[in-house]
Amino acid sequence: MSPSHVKSLRDRLAGGSNCQERYLYGAAGRVCLADVQARTSASSWLSNLSGRSVLLATRDQVAAAAALIELDGVARRIILCPADLPYEHFPSVMASAEVDAIVSDHDELKRRGIGAELHVTADVTRVPAQHSSSEPHTTEWVILTSGTTGTPKLLIHNLSGLTAAIKTETNSATDADIVWGTFYDIRRYGGLQIFLRAMLGNGSLVLSSADEPLADFLVRLGTHGVTHLSGTPSHWRRALMSPLAHEIRPRYVRLSGEIADQAILDSLRSFYPQARMGHAYASTEAGVAFEVTDGLEGFPANILSTGGPIELKVEDGSLRIRSAGVASGYLNGESSSVADAEGFVDTGDIVQLQGGRYYFLGRKSGVINVGGLKVHPEEVEAAINRHPKVRASLVRARKNPITGSIVVADVLLKDGTDQDTALRQEIVQFCQERLARHKVPTAIQFVPNLNVSPTGKLIRHNA
Amino acid sequence: MSVRSTILSQIQEVAKEQNNKLAALTDDTPLLESGLDSLAIAILVARLEEALGFDPFTLSDDIYYPVTLGDFIRFYEDVAKSRKVAS
Repeated sequence: MSPSHVKSLRDRLAGGSNCQERYLYGAAGRVCLADVQARTSASSWLSNLSGRSVLLATRDQVAAAAALIELDGVARRIILCPADLPYEHFPSVMASAEVDAIVSDHDELKRRGIGAELHVTADVTRVPAQHSSSEPHTTEWVILTSGTTGTPKLLIHNLSGLTAAIKTETNSATDADIVWGTFYDIRRYGGLQIFLRAMLGNGSLVLSSADEPLADFLVRLGTHGVTHLSGTPSHWRRALMSPLAHEIRPRYVRLSGEIADQAILDSLRSFYPQARMGHAYASTEAGVAFEVTDGLEGFPANILSTGGPIELKVEDGSLRIRSAGVASGYLNGESSSVADAEGFVDTGDIVQLQGGRYYFLGRKSGVINVGGLKVHPEEVEAAINRHPKVRASLVRARKNPITGSIVVADVLLKDGTDQDTALRQEIVQFCQERLARHKVPTAIQFVPNLNVSPTGKLIRHNA
Repeated sequence: MSVRSTILSQIQEVAKEQNNKLAALTDDTPLLESGLDSLAIAILVARLEEALGFDPFTLSDDIYYPVTLGDFIRFYEDVAKSRKVAS
């Protein structure tokens, strides 16, 4: 892959039309895409970021979006840090990614002693960019995803892979008034897809702010006339529970990041009858695989045999994907390859064929999806098992109509320990002190034994 | 205990556990402005399933997400009534 064949995001934006009328809308204000295209928030530092491994850690999503446009093709590598990445993970992420520059919009990192050779403050006052004539890079876009131990895994993508599933049948006559919006953080895979769709298409984009109440975001989406809106099923359930869900009238409603059940699909259909609706299947490892548009949960079996650039198969019960959108590898962790020898990624999602349609049954690894946030049972079990009265534990998913799943635990106590409610609360509190909120078991059941396989591993049942 | 009082006492309990600060609750309070966040509402629904023996979100034929606290309580009360009739 010769770099000269890959157009940078900035170049692709310039190739599109009417940047003067397109905006990135944030809670703090808007930025015109023509400005982002021709100017820079990195001041005179932009040329110094050339060829570097840049940690992009802004609080403001608009600042992050602008920096992505500026840095693609310039930096060797961009590490996309979501707003909620805990500070304790920064040192290991930065070491794995060999970070030698940071772009941020706040002083918190410096205050915590997190630094790199070069620290650039993304400035809201943009100055004309001086683009170096040096050879453009095929920038690695590094996306964080949760790992079994709690430390994020770093997946390597690039712009052509990330945009492989995006059809740019840009028709300026019909696309000119498109306004994208997303409940996601654009530094997560699902949100990044929407950012790129908006940039490569012809529209504007409305982004949320980290601490912005949902009601305020819905009002902003309505004010800017959002036409295409995306989020997880949990994001959508929350939106439908808001009295302000009527503020928006999307033409296109998109769900991804979690398994969409029939209840949320039906609710959206009846709430936004004018909208085209699709639920997309994608993962940070495998990229975007397909979108289901018939309004039914699961996916038609013939998707597997349609041919085309994205190949799908079901093997040992789990869905596997081969496409140009697959991540090229990990920057850390024990395994460095994402795909098998034939290029297929095992998504770990177990599917079952029923009447010409596949339905999702759960995760092979037992990974629990709580409102779009992944929870590895091993991490929670390790926390519970550190409690002095616990011998072993098994963490599993319980279905939930609000967040899709919640975390529950079966706990085997040490001999002679009384099983009382106080101890149950003590273990929950013990977990609260050690784990992110969505990972803490919401119910604990004491059990007389746990099933262990002949090799000594806990036997997990799929949710 | 009535469905309403079970729901109200579980709301207090979950809010305390999750360190969510509750607003002054009336039937007109939107659930999302009650002080409970989505995770807390998810936990509330799970606890209510244990306490009341059913989950109206999966049982109800209505395509519906309750908006206010009053809607939420009625959602449970209606299913409780129809279960009584059925049994």
